[in-house]
Amino acid sequence: MTTTAGWFAAVASDSDASDDALAATIREGAASESDSWPARAVDAGIVDDENEYYDLLHRATMAATRAAVTERERADDSQLIHAIRAMDDCQRTANELAERVAEWGGTLDPDAGTGIEYARALASDDPDPDETAVTSLAEQVVELEKEAERLGEYIEQTMPTVAPNLSALAGPVLGARLISLAGGLESLAKKPSGTVQVLGAEDALFAHLRGHAPSPKHGIIYMHDGVRRTPMENRGSAARALAGKLSIGARVDHYSGEYRPDLEAELTERLETIRARTGDEYNGGGEGSDAVADADGVDDTDGGADDE
Amino acid sequence: MLMGSTIPTEVPTMSNLPQGVERRQIDGEERLATRGEPVYGEPIEDEWRAWDPHRSKLGAMIELGLDHGLEGGETVLYLGAASGTTVSHVADFSGPTYAVEFAPRPARDLLSAAESRPRLFPLLKDARKPETYAHVVESDVEVIVQDVATRGQARVALENRQFLAEDGRLLLAVKARSEDVTRDPEDVFADVREELTASSDGYEILETERLDDYHTDHLAIVARPQ
Repeated sequence: MTTTAGWFAAVASDSDASDDALAATIREGAASESDSWPARAVDAGIVDDENEYYDLLHRATMAATRAAVTERERADDSQLIHAIRAMDDCQRTANELAERVAEWGGTLDPDAGTGIEYARALASDDPDPDETAVTSLAEQVVELEKEAERLGEYIEQTMPTVAPNLSALAGPVLGARLISLAGGLESLAKKPSGTVQVLGAEDALFAHLRGHAPSPKHGIIYMHDGVRRTPMENRGSAARALAGKLSIGARVDHYSGEYRPDLEAELTERLETIRARTGDEYNGGGEGSDAVADADGVDDTDGGADDE
Repeated sequence: MLMGSTIPTEVPTMSNLPQGVERRQIDGEERLATRGEPVYGEPIEDEWRAWDPHRSKLGAMIELGLDHGLEGGETVLYLGAASGTTVSHVADFSGPTYAVEFAPRPARDLLSAAESRPRLFPLLKDARKPETYAHVVESDVEVIVQDVATRGQARVALENRQFLAEDGRLLLAVKARSEDVTRDPEDVFADVREELTASSDGYEILETERLDDYHTDHLAIVARPQ
């Protein structure tokens, strides 16, 4: 771009430009270099003097920033929480109804299958006149399944804006689940990493606190490949390392909103180190490489979640 | 100075305060203060808002008596305005103040600070991409204040130098941890100083001072265009 026009060029002809029009010039414009815009606006006859210029500029920048902020907030964490819960509801209901369809279908067709697969097959067939009722139900199952997929796509699109770091570290869906379990991005950001580690394992955690069960090593973050693909004996460490990074990610997302690719690299490195010690004797360790988290002032809670 | 009887009797060593910034008795303590609408629940007495150097790097620079060159009434470009804590004080004693912030959440608070300050212009823009606001921010601003917590803080200062008047000042707070948490802050600071002064269209550094009394692992740099 080699434009050298000021933001006001677009509204030059319209002295009663609306806030929206002013905001658009601030938000969408660009220039290769700056200039004495107040003087140029006066020269161009857009305003009578500098004072008037700054009044107009204040109106324009306020409107532009307000619009941009509102737009970004519309895609906020509460929308995500609704979306992920609705997605789970759709999936659960689809599964439940699919069982009903299979049971019902079995009375009409000895070769009836099971689950959502069967509902899908039934819905795509030409309906047998005797089976319109069960076919219609099967169609609903398929619709619910599609709705769940659409919600999943919405989450994948929205998460990177709402929580770029969490989204990159955990993946959009798991990240959204964590936000949902914590009750919001802010509350997730305020939780110690030991709590994040066992979010979704509340039953096991309370059984442990009542004193008749081992402490859970992980909650929903088990869904993360970094935990699931780590061999059993080191899974607690992997979960702890992951939870630590996820907490940092959630905090950066909430308090700054800036994407930090280095977090992902640090997590990958840490998980590799943990996996590499499989087979070695447990060295009680990893405290050294937690220095990064410590330096950021993050309390690296063990969460009582190590083995035994 | 023009402040006359309003000035507290015991003026401490430093008196290089910009006009519009005073040391005042607030809640029984002598504190830096500016006059304006309250923004973030800061203590206030007679319309004077306490300016907490622990919450503001520029506040710390002034508190520590750096030769910031501020006189009051300057045109300011503030990079990394966040929720407007510091920039609201800056706007209280400066002329037109452009506040660039990248993250929408703090920008919401910045908006309310700008509401009552007709010469504070909030911009939701990325300080690493000056071309996205060069059509708004005027040339030859007298002061650039920079407090951005990203990597490449020296580059941000260099890229925004185009806005600064030849005899203007850069007041830069470098956060070592934003560059690299694992390195010794002194090494990070050395690199930043080096990068700022390396080229002929860079900066000449006038003064540096660690802000550790108020902000851990931060270095204040006062510079002017080379």
